Amino acid sequence: MTLVLEAVIFGILTGGVYALMASGLTLIFGVMRIINVGHGALVILGAYLSFALFKSAHIDPFLSLVATMPAMFLIGVVLQVVFVRPLKDNREALSVLVTYALALGIEGLLGFIFSNNLVQLNAWYETSSFAVFDFHIAYVYVFGFGLCLAILAAMFVILYRTDFGAAIRATMLNRTAAQLIGVNVDRVSALAFGIGVSTAAAGGVVFGLTNAFNPGSHYDLISRLLTIIVLGGLGSLRGAVIGAVLMLIVEDVAAVVISPVWANFVFFVILVVVLVVRPQGLYGIRVRERI
Amino acid sequence: MTRLRRKDAAKAIAMVAVVGFALLVPVFATDPATTNIAVFTAMYVGLATSWNIMGGYTGYISLGHAAFFGFGAYALGVMLAHLGIPSGFEPFLFVPVAGILTALLAVGIGWVALRTRAATFVIVTIAMMFMIQLLAENLSGLTGGGAGLSFPVPPWSGDFYNTPFYYAMVVIALLALGVSWLIRRSKFGLGLLAIRDDEDKALAVGVPARAYKLTAFIISAALVGMIGAVYGYYVTYIYPQFAIDPLIGISMVLMVFLGGLGTLWGPVLGAVILEPAQLSFAYTFGASKLYLVFYAAVFLLVILLLPRGIIPSFMDLVARVRRRRAVGPSAPAATASDPHAVAGIQSP
Repeated sequence: MTLVLEAVIFGILTGGVYALMASGLTLIFGVMRIINVGHGALVILGAYLSFALFKSAHIDPFLSLVATMPAMFLIGVVLQVVFVRPLKDNREALSVLVTYALALGIEGLLGFIFSNNLVQLNAWYETSSFAVFDFHIAYVYVFGFGLCLAILAAMFVILYRTDFGAAIRATMLNRTAAQLIGVNVDRVSALAFGIGVSTAAAGGVVFGLTNAFNPGSHYDLISRLLTIIVLGGLGSLRGAVIGAVLMLIVEDVAAVVISPVWANFVFFVILVVVLVVRPQGLYGIRVRERI
Repeated sequence: MTRLRRKDAAKAIAMVAVVGFALLVPVFATDPATTNIAVFTAMYVGLATSWNIMGGYTGYISLGHAAFFGFGAYALGVMLAHLGIPSGFEPFLFVPVAGILTALLAVGIGWVALRTRAATFVIVTIAMMFMIQLLAENLSGLTGGGAGLSFPVPPWSGDFYNTPFYYAMVVIALLALGVSWLIRRSKFGLGLLAIRDDEDKALAVGVPARAYKLTAFIISAALVGMIGAVYGYYVTYIYPQFAIDPLIGISMVLMVFLGGLGTLWGPVLGAVILEPAQLSFAYTFGASKLYLVFYAAVFLLVILLLPRGIIPSFMDLVARVRRRRAVGPSAPAATASDPHAVAGIQSP
């Protein structure tokens, strides 16, 4: 029982970073109706940027976000303007392919620069831990969770308390109508893509502190993130957060109760069950557009 | 009438020439390096054509077909190991069985995945692919898990080694093309195209969309599974990340988009152009990951410059030139002298 309780706590703590990464992904989907298959690769890119800063200048990974988040924001805006915006017909299908190609390009570039060896971000809080009741919780999980929470909160404040956020939400609800009332949809799309990508940088740091990674790690990551946003309902930020925490709790509990080898599989079993019972996801509206 | 018949005859001759050329490749190119490229090109012709039956005709983009490819390879490998089938030509007889097993898997996956549409369907197919990969990893009693699964080593050697595999790939590719052609001409195929254009309207006019989509998905998966089975026997050793490789899944999709989504010959053209290029990239850059960067660059160029694919873009161009000639100032003369001018008005 204590083991299960410990698994639940770890599920919540690790769920935080997945919530952050999935929120960026679902925000991009919501605004542009495109699936950013390159999101996992962008997370790994963010992790490598911080890794490089740590290796070259011994900058603390969390601190490096001050530099990497704006950089990744710019990368995101450029990627959106150069590769996503020109797509006109058959946008949904083509955007999947374009972002897939971006993922491959990033993977190849990172593999060329950093090789394919597994690396991990280091910091003093990575190994030290503290005790709560009988559990030992590493500081890094708590710090990571806190950071993710803070960025998620900032994202929600931007979305729900600013005019720019209102423009984003209007675009998510109805692109054409938003355009009609004077929202510059192209600009909103580019900035939203940038926001999504910069949160990927933050997610990358937390992911890189708690997991060993290499350029190929993005496949595992994107399959989980996509599952999470389908579970939550595409385009729903609330769904992404709840879906992420739910998934990670179930996975960690399954690792204890069933076996660590099958924990990953439970992830997909949940997806199948959700699709059979509620194809639109927890908070989704049924997607009716044709591809 | 005669003009139409002449066009049909020209088409038939072109087809015989292409098939004849495909069948004769091992005769005039004997060195293993070349026939190896031929095997993989024929493999991708088959894969792209099979994928197009689902992705091109119904518009449902599956990025998870690598799952069926790998499953077919595993199905054959497990059968050969457990039934104690010796190497030689016999394993080829079990390729259709692997196809049937893959079809059964596709019934399950399709039943769940096709509850969703558009973007969600794409995501579900990706997730399913990783699920199958994980199963191959975890069911180690059957599949050998991460340690991989060995096939009986084929007894052939030297220049002949690639030949049986080449013909096996060509036979399946021709089968896929034949099926694709038949579907395009059938009421079933019309139903699929209607689903692609507007699924709700198709439902409203009585197209049994769910059954049609599932059928197309199963056919497409079964063909891919058979190709995977031959591939497994060809490479003689598979492991989960190698047999169920997302890159294989995306490659067939890219080839279809390059050649022309939903056209009969587009996937063939895309595969014949891209696969040799891909192999030479891999050869030039070897183990270096830079090969992925080049692949991504080609990928992006194709999508951004030719989003509709070669064949539809070319057809458009031809139609536009002919129309201009037909209505231009010198139109009467051009129409009279150019026998194709009228026939050139085609639906895009």
